[in-house]
Amino acid sequence: MSYVIKGDTADWEVVIGLEVHAQVIAKAKLFSGASADFGAGPNTQVSFIDAGMPGMLPVINGYCVEQAVRTGLGLKAKINQRSVFARKNYFYADMPQGYQISQCDMPIVGEGTVYLDMPDGMTRAIGIERLHLEQDAGKSIHDMHVTKSMIDLNRSGVALMEIVSKPDLRSPEEAGLYLKKLRSILRYLRTCDGNMEEGSMRCDANVSVRPVGSNELRTRCEIKNLNSVRFVAQAIEHEAKRHVDVYESGGKIEQETRLYDANKGETRPMRSKEFAHDYRYFPDPDLLPLEFDDAFVAKIKATLPELPDDKKARFIANYGLSAYDAGVLVADQDSAVYFEAVAKGRDAKVANNWVSSNVFAVLNARNVPITECPVSAQHLGRLLDLISDNTLSTRMAKDVFELMIETGKDPGSIVEERGLKQITDTGAIEAAVDAIIAQNADKVAQYRAGKVQIMGWFVGQVMKATQGNASPALCSDLLTKKLAP
Amino acid sequence: MSLDEATIRRIATLARIEVPQAELEATAAKLSGILNWIEQLNEVNTDNVAPMSGGTVSGGTDLTLPWRTDVVTDGDQQEMVLANAPEAHAGFFAVPKVVE
Amino acid sequence: MTDLTSFTIAAARDRLAKNEFTALELTDAHLKAMEKAKGLNAFITTTAEVARTRAKASDARLQTGTAGALEGIPIGIKDLFCTEGVQTTAGSHILEGFKPPYESTVSQKLRDAGAVMLGKLNMDEFAMGSSNGTSYFGPVKNPWKARSRPPDSEAGDLVPGGSSGGSAAAVAAHLVLGATGTDTGGSIRQPASFCGIVGVKPTYGRCSRWGIVAFASSLDQAGPMTRTVRDAAIMLKAMCGHDPKDSTSAPLAVPDFEAALGKGVKGLRIGIPKEYRPDGLNADVALLWDAGVQWLKDAGATPVEISLPHTKSALPTYYIVAPAEASSNLARYDGLRFGQRDRTMGNSLDEMYAKTRAAGFGAEVKRRILIGTYVLSAGYYDAYYVKAQKVRALIAKDFTDAFSKVDAILTPTAPTAAFGLHGKQDDPIAMYLNDVFTVPASLAGIPGASVPAGLNNDGLPLGLQVLTKRWDEETMFRVCQVLEDAARFPTLKVAP
Repeated sequence: MSYVIKGDTADWEVVIGLEVHAQVIAKAKLFSGASADFGAGPNTQVSFIDAGMPGMLPVINGYCVEQAVRTGLGLKAKINQRSVFARKNYFYADMPQGYQISQCDMPIVGEGTVYLDMPDGMTRAIGIERLHLEQDAGKSIHDMHVTKSMIDLNRSGVALMEIVSKPDLRSPEEAGLYLKKLRSILRYLRTCDGNMEEGSMRCDANVSVRPVGSNELRTRCEIKNLNSVRFVAQAIEHEAKRHVDVYESGGKIEQETRLYDANKGETRPMRSKEFAHDYRYFPDPDLLPLEFDDAFVAKIKATLPELPDDKKARFIANYGLSAYDAGVLVADQDSAVYFEAVAKGRDAKVANNWVSSNVFAVLNARNVPITECPVSAQHLGRLLDLISDNTLSTRMAKDVFELMIETGKDPGSIVEERGLKQITDTGAIEAAVDAIIAQNADKVAQYRAGKVQIMGWFVGQVMKATQGNASPALCSDLLTKKLAP
Repeated sequence: MSLDEATIRRIATLARIEVPQAELEATAAKLSGILNWIEQLNEVNTDNVAPMSGGTVSGGTDLTLPWRTDVVTDGDQQEMVLANAPEAHAGFFAVPKVVE
Repeated sequence: MTDLTSFTIAAARDRLAKNEFTALELTDAHLKAMEKAKGLNAFITTTAEVARTRAKASDARLQTGTAGALEGIPIGIKDLFCTEGVQTTAGSHILEGFKPPYESTVSQKLRDAGAVMLGKLNMDEFAMGSSNGTSYFGPVKNPWKARSRPPDSEAGDLVPGGSSGGSAAAVAAHLVLGATGTDTGGSIRQPASFCGIVGVKPTYGRCSRWGIVAFASSLDQAGPMTRTVRDAAIMLKAMCGHDPKDSTSAPLAVPDFEAALGKGVKGLRIGIPKEYRPDGLNADVALLWDAGVQWLKDAGATPVEISLPHTKSALPTYYIVAPAEASSNLARYDGLRFGQRDRTMGNSLDEMYAKTRAAGFGAEVKRRILIGTYVLSAGYYDAYYVKAQKVRALIAKDFTDAFSKVDAILTPTAPTAAFGLHGKQDDPIAMYLNDVFTVPASLAGIPGASVPAGLNNDGLPLGLQVLTKRWDEETMFRVCQVLEDAARFPTLKVAP
């Protein structure tokens, strides 16, 4: 899928790199013992360290280190056993120390790879440049007071992983796929909940364009604080078009930081970043280098779950699913678990059909995760068993599935209560078949004259006569036999 | 290195310290004097010398970075956090409005 | 009755234990002395109420046999240490009125040991200075007077050194039995030398920095300032120890420094660095240094000439590293969460910052923030900051090499005795040169102490500096004790 912007002077391609800020799942903050929970009253989760009080000193949360290493391993990245925390110096109202403790030259995780699952079932490798640990800032609220901004430091000091991709993405769609895949990996690892709406995953996009076929990297603009996959794609699309327009009218792109206005569908320069960037990074003298040994990494490696790419490969190999179907199932770990529970000891393709169409339709309609699906994997499995032992026809099973959604009941008890058992008694069906044939001599004649397509009508009549409980397979067997000239 | 007034203005802006126009020249002269004196360091050969970093005072050989466990031990002290604030309002620190 | 301000910590401790007087009596005597010596301006804040309450509590513990190592001992705390509920200014206008809701680890340890805080001691603003002249709360006067100067005039006023000038003056003038100081490039040792007292900067990492207003984090280290070496050993033991709240605090057991005293120096090799004797070294300083070498020799030590080749580069290195760290450490003084704020109406946030910091910081602090900002800024970082950190590694290596040959190093503490308070002090570099002998050890993180060793020909105290390798304060105390015994330094006579 190549994404090309047609211009008057050239065809343009877009070059995108994403910086994702992922909040580390941890109880306490990166350098203090205050809670990292979301949504408490203002300044109630603030230690004196987080408030930048005089003489306060940082001490690192070892679990956050573990989480960063775990994430690095999940990104198949180089783990740096020695890294250095640096101060990024700048003034902002919600950054109490006047600097952010981050990592600059020596991040905890180096180069890695994320594989995109393309719609055609192929994969595409996107390079990871680095992952580093850093502190989040507090929150400024600008609309509470006419002349004042209000500052809440609850977020101040919460651990973030900044995950920087290489400029390998070539379309807004790829950027979206990258974000979804990264989020999927983080969720599998339980290192970030990936909730973009609550801000626990945020994205900055670096965008530039160049004529198709060129290898140059032109001036890029950074679009900050994109908080949904959709906005990331939209912002990139608008920004790329803006660059093309500027170049085609003979203009020059300035390297700058911009914001995306989703209402207007445009990007604009950020006012507060007008000052020249000069963060004056230097190693934080309050901290020593962060070091750990092979054993530490090995111990984390031993606890890694099966990640989406491996799971996908296994689903293709073991269940005979297509790459696309497998990709859909593994995107969410809970869906994959659900599928495997249904597929275990059953026909995997049938299981996939039910999960990917019927179950996902319910989830979409109700906007709930699969863990809250009214039909449990066990119940769905039993439903498939009732089909395969001929208790239910597929059509009947769909009705039962609807009842399962409504009631949350086991399919067996629904079948029992409603007497929905498929009629497999040949005698009962035969009587119905005979009656229909007797009452419809004209149709019988037509069929025998070669109009075989009205077989469907006969089956329908028999089903009607049996309240739909007849086994469709038995019906057509009997009809074929009796209608034969 | 002799610092000009534009450089003084730039670093004063970075450091968020207002330096009145009238003091720029004197400040530039004084800082230039210090920098010129500092630059005697250029005479020292530092080829193949690794710089000290952070709190590693003597090569980092005898201390390692301590780690804390992931337990909530702090916070829940809004009143004390705000006690010294020049201006606070409804549990928040208040500052001149920031326009984004 | 004996003047209660005449005791050393060791003597007062023993007499308190024997009930010869109470902690409250001892505290009151010192509070009275402080009142009389107000002219020295040694204190920014006095805490008489707090002191008397704590002294009474000490008396109770002395009676019940639960006394700590410093039970009932009146001390002063440099105003760089955060003290719970007591104004802490760092000598700066920008922190005026700041009452920390927490107590620094070091001052807490002293409290836990039973020491009684009489007040917060004056200092150079944010510990940046060598004369106590940069304090927003006015200069401190050295209690010593020069023979050549008229004692009761402005011309007779001498500086106490800095930045721990209030601490040094208060100890020398018998206003407290001991005081905390902090030393970043010489801020304990140089004022100790100027005021004729003992000042100890322990190994970087020995005392917790938690709760001490930061100046240059990789250099700052707290230490005791007392009238005797033994007192310094007693007080340091109470101040130091591992603190999990400071990532650079050493997880090492605290030695019994007092027990090391009296072991003598027989068989020790004492390094005499040739680079500390530049052309034009003050003649009195040079003479006293020679005397010090002779005293140690007489006590059985062997002097060894050594070389610390990068000594000359220490000051310029320091004046890159320390301002760089300070420019970042002092960014938090922004008028937002504590301290002073410029309240001009209609200011933007950035204008508020710039005006608050322009009004809140003094000239020397602003100068160092600007220098520090410059040396870290894009395009200059490698040439200045990285270069300095490399030279710093070489300076540390000089000491490592030296300590493979010697057990301790003896040098002068400062190049001169105390100078006039009202003289010309506006050449920053001339002021920086005060720390020429103390800065190298700070950069290397090794321990150093200044012992009063004699008077110059104008009757002013001069100190000798003893340096040892990291974590070897015990050898340092042994050498200091021998020097103290040999020097028979005349303690300042204070009118009763």
